[in-house]
Amino acid sequence: MEQFGIWLAALLTIGIISFLYKDNILYKACEAIFVGVSAGYWFVTYFWDNLYRKFYLGIQGAELSDQIFLWMAVALGVMMLTRLFDKIGWLSRWPLAFIIGATAGLYMMTYFVSNAFVQIGATITPPPSMETIGDKISFVLIAIGTFCGLIYFFFSKEHKGAFGGAAKVGIWFLMVTFGASFGYTVMSRMSLMLGRFDFLFGEWLGLIK
Amino acid sequence: MRIASFGIFILLVFGCGLTALAQDDPIDMVESEIVLPAPASKVIALNHKYDIGEILDVSWESSTSDPELVFGYIIYRSEGDNKFDSVGAVLSKINSFSDEELIPGKSYNYQIGTIGASGVALSEPSEPAIPDWELFNLEMWNIALIGFIICGAVIAYIFSAKAGRKLFIRKIGGLEALEEAVGRATEMGRPILFIPGIQDMDDVQTLAAITILGKVARVVADYDSKIMMPVSRSLVMTSARETIKEAYLSAGRPDAYSDDMAYYVTDEQFGYVAAVNGLMVREKPATCLYLGAFFAESLILSETGNSIGAIQIAGTARPGQLPFFVAACDYTLIGEELFAASAYLSGDPKQLGSLKGQDLGKVVAMVAIVLGTLAATLASAWDIEIMQKFLDNVMLGIFSNH
Repeated sequence: MEQFGIWLAALLTIGIISFLYKDNILYKACEAIFVGVSAGYWFVTYFWDNLYRKFYLGIQGAELSDQIFLWMAVALGVMMLTRLFDKIGWLSRWPLAFIIGATAGLYMMTYFVSNAFVQIGATITPPPSMETIGDKISFVLIAIGTFCGLIYFFFSKEHKGAFGGAAKVGIWFLMVTFGASFGYTVMSRMSLMLGRFDFLFGEWLGLIK
Repeated sequence: MRIASFGIFILLVFGCGLTALAQDDPIDMVESEIVLPAPASKVIALNHKYDIGEILDVSWESSTSDPELVFGYIIYRSEGDNKFDSVGAVLSKINSFSDEELIPGKSYNYQIGTIGASGVALSEPSEPAIPDWELFNLEMWNIALIGFIICGAVIAYIFSAKAGRKLFIRKIGGLEALEEAVGRATEMGRPILFIPGIQDMDDVQTLAAITILGKVARVVADYDSKIMMPVSRSLVMTSARETIKEAYLSAGRPDAYSDDMAYYVTDEQFGYVAAVNGLMVREKPATCLYLGAFFAESLILSETGNSIGAIQIAGTARPGQLPFFVAACDYTLIGEELFAASAYLSGDPKQLGSLKGQDLGKVVAMVAIVLGTLAATLASAWDIEIMQKFLDNVMLGIFSNH
C-alpha cells in the first residue's frame, strides 16, 4: 500500500511538472484530481470542524451565554444561505458586514501599533553602536529610505519637482528591497524543488541512497 | 546534621522537582528541630494594572539568610479562609510573582515560603488584595493621542467629501492602464481574467479588490467584453457576483450578466493555482488582473500570464509577494496603492476621506522621523544632552509600544 502511495505521488508530481513543457492530458488529469480532492477535503474539514466540533459538541453542556453565541453564529451562517432566494437575498449582507466589521475592529489597534508606531520608533532609535562609519551610514540610510518611501505613498500631492525626486528615491529603496526579497524567496523555492526531486529520485526511483 | 538535611533537600528538589515541592503542604515542610532560613518579609500583593482583572502582582523582600543557602521561594495563596495552597515557585534571585487566572473582585492573601537546605520558612501573610480590571490602559496614551489625530482627520475628510468638496488624489500608474487593458482584450476578442487573491472577505485587500472589480466589470460591460473570475473562497464568489451584476445593471446590460463569470474552484491554495493556470493556457486571456492578498502563487500565476502574452496588472499589500509581481507584470500597485486605487476608482467619500486621513498620518510619521533622526545625530555627533533627552523622553516616549 505504501508503494502504491509513492507511485501515485510520483506520477501526480510528474503530471503537474509536465505543465512546464505545455498543457497536456496528464496535467489536465492531475489538475482535476487536485481541485476535486481539495474541494471535497475542505468541505469535509469545514463540516467537522465547525458544524460538528464547534457547534454540535460545543453546545452540549455549554452555559447559556455560550449557547447564545453559538446560535448567533448559526443564524449568521443560515443568513448567508438566503442568497439562494431572490426575495430575501439581501439578508446575506448582514453576516458579511459582521465579519468585515468585527475583523476591522479586532485588528485596528494591532495594525496601528505594529505597522506605524513600532516602525517609526525603530526608525528613529539609533543603533546600539554608532562607532563605525558603517553604523552611521545605515542609520542615515534607514531614515532617508523610510522618509522617501513615505513620500512615494503620499497620495495628496502630485509627484513633481523636489517632491517627485524624493518619491523616486523612495521607489529605488523599495526596488532594492524587492530585489533582495526576490533572491531570498527564490532560494527557498529552490529548496522546495530539491525536496521534490529528492522524493522522485530517492524515495521513488531509489537512485539516491 | 547539616549533611543529612542537605540530603533531604536534594531528594526533595531533584527527586520530586521544584513544582512538585511547591504543591506540598507548607506546614509539613517545617521541621522544628532544624534551623530554617530567615523567611521573606514585607509580602505585598497588588492589583496588576491594565489587565482584565485576573492578575495580582506579589512581591517580597528576600530572605536575609546567606544567599547560598536559599534555593528559591514558594508562593502560597489563600482565598480569605486562611488555608494556603501553593501556586508557584521562583528561584532565589527573584522576589516577585504574577499570579494569573484569578477571579475578578475576589480577595486573596499570599504567603511566601523560603526554601532552605533544612526546610521551608514561611513569611507573614500579606494584606488581602483584589484583582480588578481597568477600562483604559493609560500607559498607551501615546497611541490614543496619535489615533485621535488620525481618526479625527479621517472623519473630518469624510464629512468634507460628503459635503461635496473635491479631494485630490494623485494619478496611480497602474489604474491609468486599466481601461487600455480592457480595451485591448475587447479588440483581441479574448477574455479578461480577474484574480482577487486567495483570502476571504475579512481581508481588507480582498475588499479593495472587489471595489476595483466594480470598475473593471463596468468597463467590461460597456465594451461588451468577457470577464472570468475563478475564486478560492465562497464568500468572495457571492460578493463578486453581486458586484459584477451591479456593474452590468448600471451599464444598462443586465441581460449580458451571467453567474458563471465568477465561480468557486477550491479553498486549497495550489489546487486553485493549478486550475487557474490551466484556464490561462486554454482560454488565453488578453488581460490578467491580480488584485488582493497573494502568497506563494503570485509568481506562478504571473509567470503563466507572461507566457501567454497577456497584459498584466497586479496589486497587493503583501511585501513578500510584491517582488514577483514587479518582475513579471506590466504594472504593479504597491502596498497602499491598492487601497488608494480602490478609493480613487470608487469615489466613495468614506474611502477618499480615509485615504486623506492616512496621508496626514504619513505627515506625522515624516515629521517624527526628521526630528528623531536630527536629535539622534546631534546627540551622538556633538554630545548635546538636551537632544538626547528630547529623543529619549519625547520622541521615543511617543513612538514606543509600552
